[in-house]
Amino acid sequence: TFTFSQISQPSNKPKKIIWVDCGIHAREWISPAFCQWFVKEILQNYKTDPKISRFLQNLDLYVLPVLNIDGYIYSWEKDRLWRKSRSPYENGTCHGADLNRNFNSSWGSVGVSFNCSSDVFCGSGPESEPETRAVAQFIRSKKSDILCYLTIHSYGQLILTPYGSTTKPPSNNEELMQVAKEAAAALTGKYGTSYKVGSTALILYSNSGSSRDWAHTIGIPLSYTFELRDTGTHGFVLPANQIQPTCEETM
Amino acid sequence: RAMELPPSHFPAARAAAVAVGYLRYLRGGPGRGLQLRELRRARRQDIDDVGHKYYLELELEDVLDKDRTVSCTAEVLYPLGSQTSAPDVQVTVQGELRSTEEADQEFYNRIRSLQKELVAENIPDSHGNVPPELEPIHLLAWVASGYVIWQNSTENTNFHLAQVKHVQQVKRSDEDLQFDYVVLLHEMVSQEVLPWEVTVLWHPRRGARVSRS
Repeated sequence: TFTFSQISQPSNKPKKIIWVDCGIHAREWISPAFCQWFVKEILQNYKTDPKISRFLQNLDLYVLPVLNIDGYIYSWEKDRLWRKSRSPYENGTCHGADLNRNFNSSWGSVGVSFNCSSDVFCGSGPESEPETRAVAQFIRSKKSDILCYLTIHSYGQLILTPYGSTTKPPSNNEELMQVAKEAAAALTGKYGTSYKVGSTALILYSNSGSSRDWAHTIGIPLSYTFELRDTGTHGFVLPANQIQPTCEETM
Repeated sequence: RAMELPPSHFPAARAAAVAVGYLRYLRGGPGRGLQLRELRRARRQDIDDVGHKYYLELELEDVLDKDRTVSCTAEVLYPLGSQTSAPDVQVTVQGELRSTEEADQEFYNRIRSLQKELVAENIPDSHGNVPPELEPIHLLAWVASGYVIWQNSTENTNFHLAQVKHVQQVKRSDEDLQFDYVVLLHEMVSQEVLPWEVTVLWHPRRGARVSRS
């Protein structure tokens, strides 16, 4: 089981859902920091900020602040640059699957390893990992109401659209790209931080089993991966003084 | 003959990472750390029996002088069967880079006057902090990792320095400073973070020389 925050304004009308998860990859610390900031910002300002209150009249927000809890704790206590989960494999001699290669979207086809010691080990099968299974089951149960799936990562300063496993564009690519470009422009407007927009397969590399691709294939129309600051200067060890501006601009 | 490439797509981005690594090795130092501000333009030419050549127009900045940008052109040639040989890189920097003579001499004198050999680890620390007195050591690690990145890159890799795991100064009888580094490089395609041992010799006038330990 996992715990997530649901932010809803009480109302008689049924509302569509925006899902945000952070911390799929343990070392990307700015990601859980953003989810916490996001929730704080909404709760502190929903009465006074007209944009936020209008938003909440029509939409519910579901926020999962740390999807890969075991890995995240491990990165604080033992290995700052750990990426995967911490499930034991091979009699406890090897640990962890890359949760973002473990979803049921062209699972195991490209950009993965079947070797547990790899940082892109995709697990023993699609949804083999308890974290993946828990999230996938929940999202499946709500999928007809979920309008937008957002998954927050670092680093790279990118807004990534489906897919990773093929360069063939998704059916609603024009809409996906337009919304992403507007988001990137709004983000840049805050502090000048430049973001690139495009599919994972074109911008980064080929991969399969990502949560973002899976969300889109089960019918969630707007599905994006955010890669937050920076572009490699600090990489995963983003300085604390960049947490606030990163969160503000991403908001 | 050369094909225009979208600068935001990964083939151009990977070649740019090689060029930046090479530039850090060539022009970096304890008082100068170059990073990529923007890749403006990229073209690729496939040369029969030779390899793939990328033509890049880059905008760089010095982390210690962020108000300015420096334009640069680079050619990155990945040789055929490039698993074993380093890409060939040519760079031209337009204009002057800020002089670091004073900062370099100050750093040199400070380290030479240390009673005990300098040792440090985890730069930056887990929270991204670098103590000010270690910043020049950090920037010398950029020189060292720039060399390793240049030497080990292929069209299927994209390396960045993740963290300096360890640095040990080795006092020498000649005039060079010597630092033995263990740098952690993050390779984006495989997502692996791997340690590399590398030694830097540095002198204010002779600059940096890098070797694999």
